[in-house]
Amino acid sequence: MIGDIWAVMWKEWKELSQGAGRGRLGLLAFLGVFGVFMPLQMGREWVASPLVPVAAVWVSLFLVTTVVSDSFAGERERHTLETLLASRLPDWAILFGKVGAAAAYGWGLTTLGLLLSLVTINTAYRAGRALLFPTTIGLGAVVLSFLGAGLATGAGVLISLRAASVRQAQQTMSFALMALVFGIGFGGQALPDAWKVRLAQTLAGMDTSLALLISAGMLVLLDFGLLAAAMGRFQRARLIA
Amino acid sequence: MTETAIYTDNLTRDFSTVRAVDGLSLEIPAGTIFGFLGPNGAGKTTTIRLLLGLLEPTEGRAEVLGFDTRTQADEIRARVGALLEHHGLYERLSAEDNLEFYGRVWHLPRAERQARIRDLLTRLGLWERRKEQVRTWSRGMKQKLALARALLHRPSLIFLDEPTAGLDPVAAAAVQEDLATLVAREGVTVFLTTHNLAEAEKLCHLVGVIREGRLLAVGSLNELRSRARAPQVTVTGRGFTDEVLALLRARPEVTEAALQNSVLSLTLRKRTEIAPLVAALVKAGVQVDEVRRDEVSLEEVFLTLMEEAQ
Repeated sequence: MIGDIWAVMWKEWKELSQGAGRGRLGLLAFLGVFGVFMPLQMGREWVASPLVPVAAVWVSLFLVTTVVSDSFAGERERHTLETLLASRLPDWAILFGKVGAAAAYGWGLTTLGLLLSLVTINTAYRAGRALLFPTTIGLGAVVLSFLGAGLATGAGVLISLRAASVRQAQQTMSFALMALVFGIGFGGQALPDAWKVRLAQTLAGMDTSLALLISAGMLVLLDFGLLAAAMGRFQRARLIA
Repeated sequence: MTETAIYTDNLTRDFSTVRAVDGLSLEIPAGTIFGFLGPNGAGKTTTIRLLLGLLEPTEGRAEVLGFDTRTQADEIRARVGALLEHHGLYERLSAEDNLEFYGRVWHLPRAERQARIRDLLTRLGLWERRKEQVRTWSRGMKQKLALARALLHRPSLIFLDEPTAGLDPVAAAAVQEDLATLVAREGVTVFLTTHNLAEAEKLCHLVGVIREGRLLAVGSLNELRSRARAPQVTVTGRGFTDEVLALLRARPEVTEAALQNSVLSLTLRKRTEIAPLVAALVKAGVQVDEVRRDEVSLEEVFLTLMEEAQ
């Protein structure tokens, strides 16, 4: 059971680690922006900023997006899926192994980015005491980035299983992510001025812990919904036919 | 009594309006190398998918190693190995990692896994190159590695879907040789699909011929040969007079006798013994130098069956 999931995760990580060098450069650039550039831009305010959990969610979403379509659509495109399905592995073990590997990749690197950002802040701005995230911000960033990784993985599974190729799956996922970013940005801009003021006042007046808790709750619901849908879709008979 | 490895009864599978497998009824004894012959699109791959429980039959049923493909597919997949239409290797991984992964999938203990990987790769001549990424390998090497993967967990039955398709003759011969050696050593039952008749002739004990989803014939090579055309014998010697030819033509087991350049060609009825004929020739004064039975090739069998089906 756990051994089956672990075997699939082991294979996924092996494949990821043997991936193209270009992907690694992109990854380093991404970590550079999140772990060095952004903290330096914000200065010592970084550690206490409610933007940190939000940024962590986005980072994990982007990171998972880069690998999840290759894991699912790629397995079919490279004709390795049928052999895997012909093995003794249960459907759920293959699904959870792949989901676990992709989510762990996104979440793990986001956590690494958060730690890197602390190193950056402390190297650049430390004066006496070490600068650390307050518990709410730190915990919120770690938990929300985990749930964000789960969200991207669930969506990625569903998109990848319907896509004809890895490229199509990646394009669809990128488009969905961009639509989310621009939708929030432009949607906010399009609101009437009175609504904008009210929204800003509500957000400013809201307790950070409560906001993080509500966000986490919403993400948990979305994660479970998507995972349940993925389990319904990821079945041998449907994958082969 | 011989154990049955694969049993199918009226196994049928439709894909919308197309009937890919049509009422297939088969019984394959354990320990047999069964060759499933047919042209492209005949339904060979669909049959393997049905037997592995990857597809559900539209009608009929099948049992593999005593397990029902519809309700006990997990049990079947836990006991068989497969080299499918595509080799299914992870090309970014090394050969060793490919086998390591499937060794973990099959729950082989670490020490046994490592010993087995070493044994198989050594026997297939791939051990020295085990650390290389599979994508750098030739197609023949990949097929050998896929064969090793199919045998890794010592299954009692393996499915091989055109294992030498797309290989050059040298690579194909190497894979066939390794396959024959490993299968004999491991004592597994093999369900082999191919449209390479020479391969089937070389490897298989039992052969089934399929076309447009329907099983045209099944049996040993000799049984199928006897179905294809009447047996022929050529006799080389001296003293083939017109009287001798007339004598032969009068015999009920001879359907045709022709003489050309001191070589007598006889077409016989099925299941005819040759020895009494030779005795009759000698008695009639013929000096017999050589008697040769002309074997019907599997290719002839195959083409005859295809023509009959049309």
